[in-house]
Amino acid sequence: MASTQNQAAGAAKASGEGFVYLPLIAGWLIPGAGHFVLGKWVRGALLAASILAMFVLGLAMHGKVYSSGSDILEKLGLVGDLGNGLLYVLSRVLGLGNVFVQTTVADWGTRFIVVAGLLNVIAAVDAHNLRTGRKS
Amino acid sequence: MFSPSHFSAVLLFSLCVSVVFGITQRETPKRMFRYGAYCFTLFVGSAIALSWVMFFIAR
Repeated sequence: MASTQNQAAGAAKASGEGFVYLPLIAGWLIPGAGHFVLGKWVRGALLAASILAMFVLGLAMHGKVYSSGSDILEKLGLVGDLGNGLLYVLSRVLGLGNVFVQTTVADWGTRFIVVAGLLNVIAAVDAHNLRTGRKS
Repeated sequence: MFSPSHFSAVLLFSLCVSVVFGITQRETPKRMFRYGAYCFTLFVGSAIALSWVMFFIAR
């Protein structure tokens, strides 16, 4: 009973100060940043390492970074890639991932990049849940 | 170009995804680790099991 009240009080306190969506936006733009903002350094570092590793491995495998959605599969891939936030912007600016997929490994690389984006969205939402007190 | 084998790619994929799943889907460090290990085992185990299924189908 007392712990429930403490959790509720913590949640109310957590959601009442500052910009609630900062961890969500920071986490989307930079992998792990949402947790760093909340002082969850170890969780943030592990999330950042995992997501960055997937993105870099995808590029190293000559995976494609989607730039336009001409058909439904490309549109879905683009949505996944956009989850990478600034990594996506950086790769587009530097011309990384601007390749024609010809090998199986490059296809895996494309999936790695898309999944990195989706994982980044999950991590950003987790940071938001921590911020609002929905998760401890 | 980094060109891993299929199984190496499975291991790398499973490791990264399991870390994120573990941290985001559980609340305490111990449960995070256990859930991450569970996901990793399921990913790799499923890949191995499906590989054998496909091997026997192809024969």
